[in-house]
Amino acid sequence: MLLGVAIAMVAFYAPLDEDGLNQKIFYFHVPIALTAYACFGWGAWKGLRHLWKRSPGADLESYVAIHQGVIFAAMTLVTGSIWARYRWGHWWLWSSKQLVLFLVLFLFYSAYFMLRFSVEPGPRRANLSAVYAIFGVVLIPVSFLAIRLASDYIHPVAFEPSGPQMSGSQFLTFCVCLAAMLSLFAALYRLELAGKRIDARLRELRELLG
Amino acid sequence: MTTEEKYVAAAYLVVFVVLLVYVLIMAAKVARLERTITELVERVRARG
Repeated sequence: MLLGVAIAMVAFYAPLDEDGLNQKIFYFHVPIALTAYACFGWGAWKGLRHLWKRSPGADLESYVAIHQGVIFAAMTLVTGSIWARYRWGHWWLWSSKQLVLFLVLFLFYSAYFMLRFSVEPGPRRANLSAVYAIFGVVLIPVSFLAIRLASDYIHPVAFEPSGPQMSGSQFLTFCVCLAAMLSLFAALYRLELAGKRIDARLRELRELLG
Repeated sequence: MTTEEKYVAAAYLVVFVVLLVYVLIMAAKVARLERTITELVERVRARG
C-alpha cells in the first residue's frame, strides 16, 4: 500500500525541477540504493550476531539480507544507468569514483554467494560467510561518502550538511518512497526467510521419516 | 511519448519486472513446499 502511495506521490504530487521528468527516477533510485545499504548493514549485523552470540538462525538471516541487498543494488545500478543515459548521454562513466565504488560494493557482495556455496554447509560456511559480510560493510560508508568527497562532482548530491537540496514536497515524496522501499525490503526479507526456514524443517522431517 | 518519458518508464519498468520475477520465484518456491508437505503427509498416513 505504501508503495502505491509512493508511486502516486511521484506521479501527481512531486513537482518537477530543472532536471525535468527524468528527476522522477531519483525518487526510486536513491531509496533503492539506501535500502541496498540497509540490507548489507543488516546482513553484517546478523553476521556479527552469529560470530559473537552464536544466535541460532543468524547465519540464515545474514544470507537472506545480503541476497536482498544484491537485488536492490542491481536495481540501483540499472535505474542509475537509465537516468545517466538521458542526463549525461552515457550508460556508465568509469571516471566517476562514486559509480565505480558502488559497482565494487555490488560485486563484493555478489562474490559472497560464490564463497558461501563453495563451502560445505555447516559451522565453517556460516563463520566464513559472517566474516565476509562484516568486511563488506566497510565499503558502505566509503561508497556513501564518495558521492560527497569526490572531486569530479558529476553525480548529483541531493543531501548536503545544510539540508536536502529540494523543495518540501519533493522531500516528503522522497521520504515516503524511502519508507516504501524499506517496508518492501522488510516484507520480502520475512517472506524469503520464512520460505527458507520451512524448507529446512521439511528437509529434517523427510530425513526423520527415512 | 518523448525520449525523456521513455527513460522514466524504462526505469520504473525495470523495478517492476525485477520485483515481479522475485515474487514469481517465491510463488514457485511456496508451491514446491506445498508439494513436499503433501508428500510427507501421505508418507505419515501410509505408516499408519
